[in-house]
Amino acid sequence: MTARIVKVKRREMALSERLFLKEIIRGLLTTNRHFWRNWVRRKDTATLNYPEETRPYPPRWRGLHRLMHRADGSVRCVACMLCATHCPAACIEIDEAEHPSIDCEKVPTRFDIDLLKCIFCGLCEEACPCDAIRLDTGTHAPSVTCRVDAVIEMEELLSRGGLSDAQQGGEDT
Amino acid sequence: MAEYLLWVVARVLLLFLVFCLGGGAVLSWVERRMSALIQDRVGPVRASFLGIKMFGLLHPIADGIKMLFKEDFVPTRADRVLFFFAPIISFAPPLIAFLAIPFGPPIGGQEVLLLGDTQMGVLFLLAAASVGIYGHTLAGWSSNNKFSLLGALRTSSQLFSYEVGLTLSLLGVFMVYGTIIPQQLIAGQSELWWGVVPRWGIITQPVGFLLFMVASIAETKRAPFDLPEADSELIAGYSTEYSSMRFALFFLSEFVGILLVAAFGAVLFLGGWHVPFLAGDQWWIIAIQVCAFLGKTALLVYLQMLVRWTLPRMRIDQVLNLGWKFLLPIGLANVIATAVVLLLVS
Repeated sequence: MTARIVKVKRREMALSERLFLKEIIRGLLTTNRHFWRNWVRRKDTATLNYPEETRPYPPRWRGLHRLMHRADGSVRCVACMLCATHCPAACIEIDEAEHPSIDCEKVPTRFDIDLLKCIFCGLCEEACPCDAIRLDTGTHAPSVTCRVDAVIEMEELLSRGGLSDAQQGGEDT
Repeated sequence: MAEYLLWVVARVLLLFLVFCLGGGAVLSWVERRMSALIQDRVGPVRASFLGIKMFGLLHPIADGIKMLFKEDFVPTRADRVLFFFAPIISFAPPLIAFLAIPFGPPIGGQEVLLLGDTQMGVLFLLAAASVGIYGHTLAGWSSNNKFSLLGALRTSSQLFSYEVGLTLSLLGVFMVYGTIIPQQLIAGQSELWWGVVPRWGIITQPVGFLLFMVASIAETKRAPFDLPEADSELIAGYSTEYSSMRFALFFLSEFVGILLVAAFGAVLFLGGWHVPFLAGDQWWIIAIQVCAFLGKTALLVYLQMLVRWTLPRMRIDQVLNLGWKFLLPIGLANVIATAVVLLLVS
């Protein structure tokens, strides 16, 4: 087998091309145009002053978690453990207790999410039969200086939550 | 005598501290902001003090404070004496060279806005500005680091090559106006042709101006001639081992150097403080002329920064080839052509 060697004929550059004067001037005009355009109106810049300005996220973007409320303000979660079971990162820890009313079986007494473990996959949201946990706050996980601060507890999750009137277990809640 | 000394000190403070150091510091911000805008970014606009932001103009101050508090590191086997003096040697010359730059016309027959009214004129400026090379070379030598040494060697070879082109580009101007003293050069440039066109250096010596721009960008060691500190190859060249305020001195000397060649170019090729159809002794005319000088300097600084953020870095052999095989012959041809034209005209 012989190697096929293709000799590419390159065009000799003329003197005017080798001086690059025309191309240098064209380049200068380009940078000049960008400079003045971005200085006069700032809208065209690709980056932004992040904490003050943010890009709008799409509605299905998964951010910080929240726990939804019932009409009476109590937590929708029934501590069924489906979210904790489905969680591939094992970041949800739930302690349950018996619900005071006869309609429900259980209620969570502790609902901790470790944000350092969470991978924001949204499987908990998918698994939840009660529309109790959602990842639709549109905000990022906050930065912390200590590992334990990255664990958010039920009060905080509830304070971020809102009313949900989705049907739960076939009956009104 | 005491009054005279006070007067001199006041002028030195005003021109050196405010214009050179303040201008150099502001340029370090302008450079970053301008590069950001050219590359469609926002750039440094966030430094704030008590809620005052001033478009980010506080960044140089923040940088200075940061530099002051950083560790002043000296490599173990560095030459401590040379390592200490190198930034100073590279920082002082561009400042000294500003002595020969006239910021404005003589006021009441006195050179108030020109610090050093010497007979050497532009030659003094060239000589002073070239001394800075020793600082860079010594910095590279004393750091005991091969990247630094390579950067230093590149600095010296590059600056030697372009010193020749720079001086040749100026020869034509000296021949046209028959002097090397800045104020007389400006006086020569303020004459008008046919009552309309000012005899500025850029009009009488267009080729010289082009050569000067190329050579001056090479002299300030900036892209496309930034081989002495080519980041991707040499980390930071001669200043690799420097930190803290010593690094800041190198940094500042680069920006003062930019200001210097811009002011120099404004004096030689853009008529210095001269504004066409404007002459007199009133204070407002002098104010306009000083502003014109600063504006021309700013224009040349803008041009240099634009070039720096447009063109990619050349190879060292390309840089030296450009210096010796293009700038030198073109400069010589320009001098000869100027001489022939002058002979024919006279």
